[in-house]
Amino acid sequence: MQRYVVGRLLLMLPTLLGVAVLTFVIMRMVPGDIVELRYASGGAGVSQELIDQERALLGLDKPMYAQFVDWMGGIVRLDFGQSLWTGRSVLDEIAVRLELSIELAVLATLLAIALAVPLGVLAAIKQDTWVDYAIRIFSIGGLAMPSFWIGILIVLVLLTVFYWSPPLTFTPFLEDPLANLSQLIWPALAVGYRYAAVAMRMTRSSVLEVMREDYIRTARAKGAGERLVVVRHALRNSLLPVVTVISLEFAFLVGGLVVTEQVFNLNGIGKLLVDAVAHRDYTLIQALVLLLAFVFVFVNFLVDMLYVVLDPRIRYT
Amino acid sequence: MQRAARRPGVGLALVLAILLAACTQGPARSGAPTGAPSGAAEQPRAGGQLVFIVSAEPPSFDGHKETTFAMLHPTAPHYSLLLRFDPNDLTKVIPDVAATMPEASADKLSYTVKLRDNVKFHDGTVLTSEDVVATYNKIIFPPSGVSSPRKGAYAAVESLSAPDKSSVIFKLKYPSASFLTNLASPWNFIYSAAKLKEDIKYYEKSIMGTGPFEFASYEKGSAWTGRKFKDYFLQGRPYLDGFRAVFIADANAQKNAIQGQQAMIEFRGFTPQQRDDLSRALPNNLAIQEAPWICVNYVSFNTTQKPFDDPRVRRALTLGIDRWAGSEALQKITIVKDVGGLLRPKGPFAMADADLQKIAGFSKDTKASQDKARALLKEAGQENLTFEFLNRNVTTPYEPVAVFLINEWKKIGVTATHKVKETSAYLADLRNKNYQVGLDFNCDFLDEPDLQLAKFYSASKLGAGLNLSHYDDPKLDSMIDAQGRETDAAKRKQIVGDIERYAMDEMAYQWPVLWWYRIIPYNNKLRGWKIGSNHYTNQDLVSVWLAN
Repeated sequence: MQRYVVGRLLLMLPTLLGVAVLTFVIMRMVPGDIVELRYASGGAGVSQELIDQERALLGLDKPMYAQFVDWMGGIVRLDFGQSLWTGRSVLDEIAVRLELSIELAVLATLLAIALAVPLGVLAAIKQDTWVDYAIRIFSIGGLAMPSFWIGILIVLVLLTVFYWSPPLTFTPFLEDPLANLSQLIWPALAVGYRYAAVAMRMTRSSVLEVMREDYIRTARAKGAGERLVVVRHALRNSLLPVVTVISLEFAFLVGGLVVTEQVFNLNGIGKLLVDAVAHRDYTLIQALVLLLAFVFVFVNFLVDMLYVVLDPRIRYT
Repeated sequence: MQRAARRPGVGLALVLAILLAACTQGPARSGAPTGAPSGAAEQPRAGGQLVFIVSAEPPSFDGHKETTFAMLHPTAPHYSLLLRFDPNDLTKVIPDVAATMPEASADKLSYTVKLRDNVKFHDGTVLTSEDVVATYNKIIFPPSGVSSPRKGAYAAVESLSAPDKSSVIFKLKYPSASFLTNLASPWNFIYSAAKLKEDIKYYEKSIMGTGPFEFASYEKGSAWTGRKFKDYFLQGRPYLDGFRAVFIADANAQKNAIQGQQAMIEFRGFTPQQRDDLSRALPNNLAIQEAPWICVNYVSFNTTQKPFDDPRVRRALTLGIDRWAGSEALQKITIVKDVGGLLRPKGPFAMADADLQKIAGFSKDTKASQDKARALLKEAGQENLTFEFLNRNVTTPYEPVAVFLINEWKKIGVTATHKVKETSAYLADLRNKNYQVGLDFNCDFLDEPDLQLAKFYSASKLGAGLNLSHYDDPKLDSMIDAQGRETDAAKRKQIVGDIERYAMDEMAYQWPVLWWYRIIPYNNKLRGWKIGSNHYTNQDLVSVWLAN
């Protein structure tokens, strides 16, 4: 097991290196230039001399391989460089936004689990009754409506009915929990609904499948109550695919809520990434893509480890 | 059963009530101020924090280096200028840290500026002429590795010196008509000489000025706050205790923030629809100010490529546009309005309407213009002209303006395909001559021919990087030089008129479509702020106050 874990951790390195190379090359193939953009505000007009000077200051006049070597050299020393746009440390830029993104992902995940697992199980054990139909309609609604659209509806209802809009700036939870939640609960609801819908359908089908297994029949034959059968035998065994779905969604939420962040004016990782791409801020984009790739790879690794806990039949050697 | 049956009825009633409430709110009259502040009669009230919106974040904090309003709006309240625009009359230049207006020598080759003796930096040090000299040296004569995109505006300056602690002398190589107003440039923050000596790039990441507000905090990606500077040199100012600039990129989120009264104003502007939405939503809490804007879209041609090297083709394309009808239609849906030449219509250098209408594409006789356009295209062998029209992926106002142009060209038999690119790629194409015809843009802080005509200089000379039509024209260069050195206002205006006729009519190198129009709907508790014809000046908040 230990050897497997170390092997899996080491395998992350070539994956991340591949991501780094691809991001580096693709961004430089995309037309456009950070210096052009920096001076585009008042019209497209600044002298070529100034453009060349700024490019040299940012190291963009160097050959591509030299820029790559500089960047990789920095990463080895855990120096991800400075944002080409703001001149500040890339890690600082990310750290400020990461707190919000992770909290939102956690809130949405909690909300999704709280909705998806009980409703999914209920739909399965009440299969083909009005309860099942109602839950399925509710979940299809979540799948059909994009999160950002639900977000827009939430904002409009708050504005037009309650004459109120969520706070514009982020307050850390530990500083003021109420202010924090009054900003984040709304996007968490918008995102959590879709997220719950995905997990709910997965829970339902997984529980239905497990309920047909021999060991469930055996449990019933031994006189176990329905509640015990469902909670102890069916639910635990049906959790593997649900955990996978929830984990991958969580990884996605850390950096993938671009439009929802815009709707609620959230200063998160998704917005930072979009801004970085729009500005052609290479160092920031590279660091962000690496971070998000790491989150995905690491969450996948954790899920694999969780399988062992949930299903004793699984052993990694 | 009875209870269950009632529920849909209650829900329906609620929905109807909301719809009814939405429908019965009075429609706003476009362009009319709603709940406008009564202004002069009121006594300014001290206290309070102004929350305003900025639609982007500042790249760096250095006013000398940046060109975006996103840097100016949060940072301007921390700084003073040598001269400034009068917040009560934004066409007039008045002293800021200067004690009086500069004294010019008889030959207008030397300007002496006396400084106030009570100006302090936020760290408590007293401002002296050394600080002003260091500031302007950085702007006009930047050392290697320091960017100063506006140094060209001070090309006439030969040197500057500080004969004593309270005087600064600017020596010019030749008389410059725009020199004085350029000293009121909103970008020319006065910096501390000591800080610049310590690190010439100190101000890229730090704030330390002599303005009405001290820097308090910057929450990256979120907000910027300032607090009142108690030692500010103007007694009793500023009125506000502080300000908070919140960064909101999305236009709808900006409107929602004003509607939800989480923010009071966004200083750049909203569209007519957003103004009307806010008027309906906040009938008693909204004031609106509107003004012509020194921003314009140009149609630029790649004059290095056939057939756009032919003035007849460029002229035909401007003749094919009915700007007057376009103005009527587009001002209802986007932020363009006035028809004008190379200088802002209704501005101090604007050409009279009668003269303007003699220029190709500006006549009100559309049919005659279009007939002439077709004839010119035929003469140039381009009766079925087809080209790609490059535009940036920004809706307001680029998309509707482009749609209007393409539709107008269709009427003279020209087929233009709308090619929309992301800003960075769009700029790269314009600069690298990788386009046929494109929609360019320009915004300035001042009605000043030296600024607005800068992009008409030859591309291989002073127009490098500015002139995106990529032509060279020594005749036009000398005309632009001549107006810049002419200090007699009437004569200067005449030369500017000649330039407009030559560049827009005869050569039609690049020509304006419609000038922009600035619309600011804001919470009517905000007082003491007056809209100007640009979104750069009057942002130090020194006169702004909040009513109860």
